[in-house]
Amino acid sequence: MDVYLPIANLSVNGLLIVALGGLTGVLSGLFGVGGGFLTTPLLIFYGIPPTVAAASAATQVTGASVSGVLAHRRRGGVDYQLGTVAVGGGIFGAMIGALLFRLLQAIGQIDVVINLLYVIMLGAIGTLMLQEALSVLRPRPGQTPKVRKRRHHPLVASLPMRWRFYRSGLYISPLAPFLMGVFVGILTMLMGVGGGFILVPVMLYILGMSGNVVVGTSLFQILFVTMATTMVHALTTKAVDIVLAGLLLLGSVLGAQFGTQIALKARPEILRLVLAAIVLAVALRMLFGLGVQPDEIYTVAPL
Amino acid sequence: MRAWFLVLAAFLLMGQRDAILVPAVSQDEVQVRQGFTGTELILYGAILDPRGQRGGAAYDIVVVLKGPTEPIRIREKERILGIWMNAESSDFRSAPSFFAVAASRPVDQIVDERTAAIYELGTQFIQLSPSGQIEPEKQARFAAGLVDLRRRQGRYKEDVSGVAISEQVLYQARIELPSNVVTGQYTAETFAISRGQVIASAIAEVEVRKVGFERFVEVFSQLYALWYGLAAVFLSVSMGWIAGRLFAYI
Repeated sequence: MDVYLPIANLSVNGLLIVALGGLTGVLSGLFGVGGGFLTTPLLIFYGIPPTVAAASAATQVTGASVSGVLAHRRRGGVDYQLGTVAVGGGIFGAMIGALLFRLLQAIGQIDVVINLLYVIMLGAIGTLMLQEALSVLRPRPGQTPKVRKRRHHPLVASLPMRWRFYRSGLYISPLAPFLMGVFVGILTMLMGVGGGFILVPVMLYILGMSGNVVVGTSLFQILFVTMATTMVHALTTKAVDIVLAGLLLLGSVLGAQFGTQIALKARPEILRLVLAAIVLAVALRMLFGLGVQPDEIYTVAPL
Repeated sequence: MRAWFLVLAAFLLMGQRDAILVPAVSQDEVQVRQGFTGTELILYGAILDPRGQRGGAAYDIVVVLKGPTEPIRIREKERILGIWMNAESSDFRSAPSFFAVAASRPVDQIVDERTAAIYELGTQFIQLSPSGQIEPEKQARFAAGLVDLRRRQGRYKEDVSGVAISEQVLYQARIELPSNVVTGQYTAETFAISRGQVIASAIAEVEVRKVGFERFVEVFSQLYALWYGLAAVFLSVSMGWIAGRLFAYI
């Protein structure tokens, strides 16, 4: 089924795009990550211009996270208070990201920086997840699997001003989730990702949030920050392809529901192992392009 | 029908001494709409000898189809500290967004290199108008990089058997436009070449434009960016919400 994308200016196989959306939808339902880290590189690989890919992927992540947020809300798994603070930071970060995008584009290093960010972020997160998943699956003899005490990082405790976040069970400075939001907002704008793969570990291990609200709150943050990113892209780069986003959405909203169903049945360690493998595979692919053989030696930018 | 009319019209104009080339295009407008996967343009026509005889002089036909030009910057990646990053760059004022050459024989058998360069009868002869001071060697390297890139995207191409000539009078060239063509005015230049000399040339124009929903989306995104963005957000939120509600009851 050929579909012509009016902003990307080319025709694509519609079913393939829906399937790609479905794949990332399953991921988002399973893990609470938006799946943008997979959509954007695959779209670029398919031949969609990078800016259009990043902008439309952000729009898609919005849709995927709506159904996720709804599902988690029914279970009371969203800390709206902490989420709102993080969203504020995220929108601020998206604007910083837009400025950085322009600056890097002007000096001609935007694609290198995006690739580097992918390698560093996904490489680090993937390795951590892999280690954890493996240690849970195969505990070493003589070592009882240690139950991690939920605590926030000492740096978080040193920030001034403290608020109570009841749902998350925290008494910390709102600056901590705000800064987290800023950081993820920048990444959303630059990489076309929701940032769930960073939010979830930061919420768990640095903020020390209670586990049952982590995924819901992360999706809540992603929902609003990707909305802001879509708007920033629509106003500045004009690269949001509504047809492309619609196709991706069709796949992802359906996929997300299946993902949620699977998440209820499957063993969490296995799921984490699978996610770690996917994340590492994307990071390695990017590293290959950066260190061994770039996809293209020459690139063209309009003046 | 139309071809015959043109041939007839050309005969009437045959007072001059030079050969006359009468070109026509299968469609003077390419409409990009939903489901557009590219199209095949047929550029055909007739060449008429002023002395009224045919088959006298064997000639070749070369058709050059050029899309709208745009100013571009080409960047070249280099390995710095083990990482491939953009190093040198070079600006060109008029890179055609599409460039196709179709000929009845390999161009180097038809004309010498100088003539080919003058009429841009090949992707290596595209006049890109470099801006600023640039050494010829570097310019050639960047131009070759651009041609290679766009050739693989299907936007620059050469087809040395893309023109069929019948009875030394009628010719027909087929050029495939891929789906990723840029919209705008395309010009098709047809050259009749005999014994290494261009004996006649003619220009035909083709307009590629988006129509219907595709045009609406493009214009809307440019002129009403705020509303376009809101529409995209609304679409994604409502699709997510509807799916969430539907599945909640299943």
